[in-house]
Parts: sequence; C-alpha cells; structure tokens
Amino acid sequence: MRHTDAMCTNESELQHPWWHNFKYLAVGIVFGITFVKAEVISWFRIQEMFRLHSFHMYGVIGTAVVVGALSVWLIKHFKLRTLYGEPVRFEDKPFDKGVIYGGLIFGIGWAITGACPGPLFAQIGGGFSVVAVTLLSAIAGTWMYGALRERLPH
Amino acid sequence: MIELLKQPWHWSLAGAIIGLTVPALLLLGNKKFGISSSLRHICAACLPANIPFFKYNWKKEIWNLFFVAGIVIGAFLAVNFLQNPNEVQVAEATRQALSEYGIQDYTRLMPSDLFNWDNLFTWKGFVFFIVGGFLVGFGTRYAGGCTSGHSIMGLATLQWPSLVATICFMVGGFVSTNLLMPLIFQWIK
Repeated sequence: MRHTDAMCTNESELQHPWWHNFKYLAVGIVFGITFVKAEVISWFRIQEMFRLHSFHMYGVIGTAVVVGALSVWLIKHFKLRTLYGEPVRFEDKPFDKGVIYGGLIFGIGWAITGACPGPLFAQIGGGFSVVAVTLLSAIAGTWMYGALRERLPH
Repeated sequence: MIELLKQPWHWSLAGAIIGLTVPALLLLGNKKFGISSSLRHICAACLPANIPFFKYNWKKEIWNLFFVAGIVIGAFLAVNFLQNPNEVQVAEATRQALSEYGIQDYTRLMPSDLFNWDNLFTWKGFVFFIVGGFLVGFGTRYAGGCTSGHSIMGLATLQWPSLVATICFMVGGFVSTNLLMPLIFQWIK
C-alpha cells in the first residue's frame, strides 16, 4: 500500500546515524535561497503565471524539468551509484483518478496561496510569519485526506 | 559579487539549480525529490490517530523534514542577506488587474495588503490562509504529489501520470485566478 501512495519509500537497508541527514538540510538551504532569489515564492509571480502575463515561472519550471531529465538520463546511462555505493532506483508514479481530482484541487489552492508546499516553507523563512497558519491548514488538509481516503473516488 | 547575487536571479539559473536538486538527492542517498510528502510525515509523527494512511515508520523518511527545514533556513538567509532592495518587478497587466483588488504594495515578495496577521480573523484571512492552505494540503496528497514530486521529479523521469497531474494543477490555477478570484474579491471587499 505504501508504494502505491506515491510517497518516498526509502527501503535502503543501510542504516546511518541521524546526523547524516544534515546533507539534505544543506541541499534544502541552497534550494530555499534559490526560491527566494528567483521570486518563485512570490504570490505576484504566481498571479503573473496564471494570467499568462510573464514567462518567468514557465522558464523556471521548464528549465528545471529539462535539467532534471538530463541528469536522470546521465545517471541511468552511466549507471551512477549513490554516495554509499547503492544503485540509484527509480519508481513509476502510479495513476488513479485522484491525480485528476487532487490535481485540480491543489491548482485552485496554489493560485490562492501563491504557493505550492515548497514555497510555503520558504515564505515562512522569508519573514511572512502568517503563512505558518497556511501551512498548518495544509497539514490539516493532508490529515483530512488521510482520514477520508477510503471513501474518496480513486 | 554580493551585489550581483542581490539582483533577482534569471529564470534559467533558478531552473537549473532546482533541476539539479533531482540528481543531488538521488546521488546523496536514493531520495526522490518531493516536498508535499513532508506534510504527510508531520501528520504521521504528530497525529496518526490510527488512520492507516499515517501508520508507517515516518522516522525512515526524516530526511524529508531536514530538507524542508533547509528551505526555511535558506529563505531566511536570502531575505536577510541577499535581499533585492527594489520593488518586485511584476508585469504591468498583472499590476493593473491586482490594483482593482486593492493590492498596491510591491515592496516585498508577498502583498502585505493580504498576507499580514491583521487579516487572520477576517474573511480575507479565511480564504487566503485557511481555505487556500487546506486545498494545497488536501489536493497534493490526493494527487500523490505537488509541483516538485509530479511536475519536476515526475516529468524528469517521464511519468505520464505526472503529466496529467501537471496539466490539472495548471487548469485548477487558471480557473482559480481568472474565474474564482474576481468572485472572491467581490465577496470579501
């Protein structure tokens, strides 16, 4: 069931001390700086995007997809391994109707808040403390999905 | 150098760094780029309430919480040390549309006319913080991912369900901005 939930299932057998996770903190810091400096976390930029008044956000997401896809191709082609010597694994994203319903619901929320989940964290760090309320509400939304999951169409 | 960093970054630079997050996480430890999962881990850690969806070993996914903590820290650093002193450059057409809603302040990345604590217990706050946030959290989990998990990680690994998801995100956003937003602002004025 966990695998069909499209979540990050880390089935690696390797056990690391907890402080090994600081490398992900470092990646997050670079990511957060980029979010702010490219104004991806700006409510204004999201408005521009959904009004088709600016290319900026399309450029950011488009470049990210191309660079990501090239990197994935390189990893597969050269059979690169992780820092710990494990082969890099890829899993397929499963499809169900939730992708459509959930996608539409999230899209509506994205335009209202001016943030997908990543920028929510960055807006808080960037000094918009009231977005903590938005984040709490997003956590409540996730919880409500979990509670209603069996009764929702998938 | 610092002066250069303070300018808003070009979309191609930002896109490249965000794209490189995908191989960085994979090579550091087989982690799949995705941010909305962090919300699920927080539920699983704080209030699993015997719901099957939240009954898993969230401690194994704790890297994801380190990652989002990094995003908070990175944003704090950028805003406090690399802040662009000028107004946000927003397309004139967008400015005009937003001025009808009373949004005038472009000094910060978010409109302070909307996103401030004074609005929390008003209809504005209810729509923009509570309802908006709820839709983001509910929708991303229902869809199995957000902009990072589907639109970037999913598309980069050529997953067709992620393409469907991305199209739905965009359709929802267009409807929300161009059809719902005018109604919302009419109502909360």
